[in-house]
Amino acid sequence: MPGARDGLAIEARNLVKDFGETRAVDGVSLAIPTGSIFGLLGPNGAGKTTTLRMLLGIIDPSSGSRLVLGRERPLEAAQEIGYLPEERGLYPAMHARDAIAFMGALRGLPIAEGRRRADALLAEHDLGEWARKPIRNLSKGMAQTVQLLGTIVHKPRLIILDEPFSGLDAINQARLEEMIRREARTGITIIFSTHVIAHAERLCEQIAIIAKGKVAFDGRVDEARAKLRPIVRLRTRSTDGAWRSAIPAGSRQEGGEFVFELPPGGPEPLLKALIDGGAGIETLAIERPGLHDAFVSIAGDAAAAEMGEEKAA
Amino acid sequence: MTRFFRSAFVIARRDFSATVLSKAFIFFLLAPLFPLLFGGVFSSISARVASQNHRPVVAVIGDKADYDALAAAREQVARAVGDEDLVVLVGYRPEADLASQQKHLLASPSPPIRAVLSGGLAHPQLAGALANDGGIIGQLQLIISNARAGAAAREPEFPIHENAPPSSGALNSQRTDTAQIAQTILFILTLMLSTMVLSQLIEEKSNKVIEVIAAAIPIDAMFVGKLFAMLSASILALLVWMGCGALLIQFVKHGGVATLPIPAVGWPLFLALSVIYFGMNYLLFGAAFLMIGAQASTAREVQTMSLPATFAQVLLFGFAAGSVGNPDSLGGIAAAVFPLSSPMAMIARAAEDPRLWPHLAGIAWQAIWIAVILRFGAQLFRKTVLKSGPRQPWWKFGRA
Repeated sequence: MPGARDGLAIEARNLVKDFGETRAVDGVSLAIPTGSIFGLLGPNGAGKTTTLRMLLGIIDPSSGSRLVLGRERPLEAAQEIGYLPEERGLYPAMHARDAIAFMGALRGLPIAEGRRRADALLAEHDLGEWARKPIRNLSKGMAQTVQLLGTIVHKPRLIILDEPFSGLDAINQARLEEMIRREARTGITIIFSTHVIAHAERLCEQIAIIAKGKVAFDGRVDEARAKLRPIVRLRTRSTDGAWRSAIPAGSRQEGGEFVFELPPGGPEPLLKALIDGGAGIETLAIERPGLHDAFVSIAGDAAAAEMGEEKAA
Repeated sequence: MTRFFRSAFVIARRDFSATVLSKAFIFFLLAPLFPLLFGGVFSSISARVASQNHRPVVAVIGDKADYDALAAAREQVARAVGDEDLVVLVGYRPEADLASQQKHLLASPSPPIRAVLSGGLAHPQLAGALANDGGIIGQLQLIISNARAGAAAREPEFPIHENAPPSSGALNSQRTDTAQIAQTILFILTLMLSTMVLSQLIEEKSNKVIEVIAAAIPIDAMFVGKLFAMLSASILALLVWMGCGALLIQFVKHGGVATLPIPAVGWPLFLALSVIYFGMNYLLFGAAFLMIGAQASTAREVQTMSLPATFAQVLLFGFAAGSVGNPDSLGGIAAAVFPLSSPMAMIARAAEDPRLWPHLAGIAWQAIWIAVILRFGAQLFRKTVLKSGPRQPWWKFGRA
């Protein structure tokens, strides 16, 4: 059965894409398991969209190969793929149900069946009364929902979403997250790119971090977190003394707290050194690093600066 | 291949519906009225101007008998060569001072007299600035000569057998007319329609729908779908226009469409070939213009491209027009072989040459070129617009 090879929905090997003198993607290899929610993370311009467009067959790689649902030519699997591009596109004069049916028809769904499913999907998403209204009359959020419904109307086995949360308000972002979870529960493979770490952290089982066209990390979310040591937050009564030698050189102070990575020996030697050194511990917390911290560490400080403001989202 | 055509059909159906079911299509159907109206208005104006300015008026000073003889002779000449360019004669009774009368008449603004003829039929004299107008003098000489001959110059009457078999000379002349008319109609229709294809991809590019389409179907299928959608819409319009045109001819022309010159291959086949060659001409230009227009990213760029595209079509029409009257000449064969002038040259051939095999060869040749241009256009689109390099041979259609 196509797509079942080694349980992988997508297998990409050393994908390279050059635009003239610029190398946008530089040897990306991915192995995305069937039925998983896979996040493609990276700062703007990292090469996420170019990688996805190569996986979809919109553009061909300069070198390297890809196997999508078991097929070397992605367009041969187009009927089993749903794709939401980063730049949303709908015909403004088309009615919402026709737009969904049209997107289904492009993927091989008969138009009548597409309209029937479109009516049901729109009603399910509280847009039933907009089914026969032109897209131009819909709000941006509604239009994005319509396009998303067009992405899944033909019941694909693989859904690729490029920056699906961009431009959505918090309520619609939560709805989209729920929709992704719901689709994933049916066994569909979902790949989405984002530069907002929080979504990936909540949704993904596996991620790949792309920076400057290369895969900087590929694995489970907890593996990414495990790349960093736990963070210690320490507040003491004493300001100086022998206990200071227990604190690593790279520590920083935040609001009267020392913040540093847990030393390789673990918490017990640290605690002993602090107590024996007369630190007078007021509070001591050991925190597991988040995906954002892992991302910062993996993708580098330059990416972190770009992502800083997005973390709050 | 089935999926390729199904994908093309999805695009074609969307584009056809979007075109035909819009209010703008009604305006589009009215398009041929504008050249007809403009033509009518301008020809009426130019005819009026011509009748006022170009038909020379000659004042005839003499007795009534001479004037009547001259007027009768003029009518005789007018029946033979037409009235439009023939001198107009206006009679005046002689006055005592002939020189003064001549001067007065030549200065008259209404009617604008070009010359004054006096001296009667026996001793005609012409006054007026006619040095550069030998035609007027020649006409007057002929009219005076006929007037002098009087009854002897009356046209002989002989029976004309309307039902005699048509002469080859008359038939060739009629078929050349048919060829020219068919070629011109083909050119005008294609000119009107194919430049519309230039902007066919602007909607998808500006709405970003192109990304959704390119991820789902081969670009070649999108090109084919778009082209055939416009072809279907234009054939629908063509049928409406042909129906209206036939009705108009039926009402305006005595004897109706049956009096039109008969093409060499006969009317039924000629009409069928007209539709086929219109389709081929449209598809050839459409494929080329779709390819060119696909490179444009804004409507402004498309507008800029329209003018050279139109001039290119006019140039090719001129090339194809050279084949009318002699389709087997070197120029005629060259026009039939060159892909973009081939349909126009071949429809002219259908009017003049009864052989059918050149049409089979021509249609196959044109179809090959449509496929080649579409394929090249899709490759170019992938390379320059989608920024992808072709990784497959250019002749393989519909592969991802």
